[in-house]
Amino acid sequence: MDTMRDRFAPVVTQLLDEDPRVAVLLAEVGADRFTEALRRHPDRVVNVGIREQLLVGAASGMALAGLRPVVHTFASFLVERPFEQVKLDLGHQDVGAVLVSAAASFDWPAGGYTHMAPGDVALLDTLDGWTVHVPGHPDEAETLLRHAVAAGDDKVYVRLSLQSNAAGRPVDGRRFLTVREGRAGVVVAVGPMLDNVLAATEGLDVTVLYATTVRPFDADALRRATEAAGTDVVVVEPYLAGTSTGAANDALADLPHRVLGLGVGRAELRRYGQFDEHLAAHGLDAGSLRERISRFTAGGVPAGV
Amino acid sequence: MTITEQRTQTYGYSDLPGLMGLMTGDEKHGPAATSTLDVLWVLYDRVLRVGPDSADDPGRDRFLLSKGHGPMAYYAVLAAKGFLPADWLPGFGSYDSPLGHHPDRTLVPGVEIGSGSLGHGLPIAVGTALGLRAQGLRDPAVWTLIGDAELDEGSNHEAIAFAGPAGLDRLHTVVVDNSSASYARPGGIAARFEAAGWSARTVDGRDHEALYDAFTAPHPGRPHVVVARVEPKNA
Repeated sequence: MDTMRDRFAPVVTQLLDEDPRVAVLLAEVGADRFTEALRRHPDRVVNVGIREQLLVGAASGMALAGLRPVVHTFASFLVERPFEQVKLDLGHQDVGAVLVSAAASFDWPAGGYTHMAPGDVALLDTLDGWTVHVPGHPDEAETLLRHAVAAGDDKVYVRLSLQSNAAGRPVDGRRFLTVREGRAGVVVAVGPMLDNVLAATEGLDVTVLYATTVRPFDADALRRATEAAGTDVVVVEPYLAGTSTGAANDALADLPHRVLGLGVGRAELRRYGQFDEHLAAHGLDAGSLRERISRFTAGGVPAGV
Repeated sequence: MTITEQRTQTYGYSDLPGLMGLMTGDEKHGPAATSTLDVLWVLYDRVLRVGPDSADDPGRDRFLLSKGHGPMAYYAVLAAKGFLPADWLPGFGSYDSPLGHHPDRTLVPGVEIGSGSLGHGLPIAVGTALGLRAQGLRDPAVWTLIGDAELDEGSNHEAIAFAGPAGLDRLHTVVVDNSSASYARPGGIAARFEAAGWSARTVDGRDHEALYDAFTAPHPGRPHVVVARVEPKNA
């Protein structure tokens, strides 16, 4: 199967052809994927070199000049390293951009901690007005990229990953999807976590919601799900554990409820290897998830027992 | 001295100390009290093709104040040129005033960027120049003003090193040099820009004719920097 990132350059190249406002800013990473786009649109595809402060600052200037910049590099160098530029050059200047990251929390475990960004979404949560898309499949990535570029002058983050579910689902850039319905707990699976969550909850009496747009958080979908499934809520995210716990709590603020936030742990593993090994180390493999979800929810007793 | 006619009010260079006094309460503000005053005046009076009626025109020249500290001279010049009413000035820094100790582009007419944190204006100016070029707008000039100590920030060096090779010839930087950097730039400020392929002039930052000549010097194919030297901050 191709990857989300394999879709990124062709989709954005097509958008460059269609919309004269679209521009692409790169900092070497991924530049070889845009060779054809650069040939066709030499003034709207710009590689600034390995300069991430300039990358985001220049996106601000392009937006101030009236363009819709799409900005790409690894998550650690797109959100973490130039975070003040994200805060001031986009937010404080009141302009928008589409930030498209690769490498996610540990797409390249052999690369080590310098190329891991489990805190990216939590960092953006300190800022106002960001839309955050976390696709779980290349087809969804394509849909959400188009959605992000078309979103006026909004500030949008699209988190691409090598980790993927087996099948894409009809995501709309806004709402959570109901994938499974139960009566004793709600599990919100974010992006690439869905397949493991579905395997983990096989035979459990829980509702599974699928979230690919996590900011804004679809509070209505969560509330509706709790009407039948009760207010024990587990959120399983492919980045820092607990990132959306606050959003889930806010959604249920006027109801007695419990929320368990599962995701990537804070502690640095100092391990290389493969991403399935890291998923297991953080308790995000299907077996660990089943145990943790069962222990927490009333739905932990398999249906019919 | 140059006098500017506005529809309702006329202010000249000699009025700037009085306008600044409205913000500080100090009637005797001399030009020397602010390092940027003469640079700002010459730019807005003679160089920048932008005014209150063209502040949203896509074809206007852009001036991005990167050194957002001490913006009294900037506000005074904007008031003198009719971008904002002079009666806003006495409220400087108060809760209900749009005029803060660092400017906010969403609050002040004519202000192109919010600044205060150092090292943001030049990278944003690079992007603005790229964005205008990408839309076929080859005429508007993009200007940014930074301080000599602000050059300590590495983000500037990302922008300087990119803009030269990228041939951003509509990009202009003024470095107001009041010797406030603790560690002087090795080889001098202009040399840093020239090494990256910029056109560079170093002039007396109080001499209006010299500033004008430096600001309007041709620099085909290259971005342009003017180093405006003024009295040392701590002299």
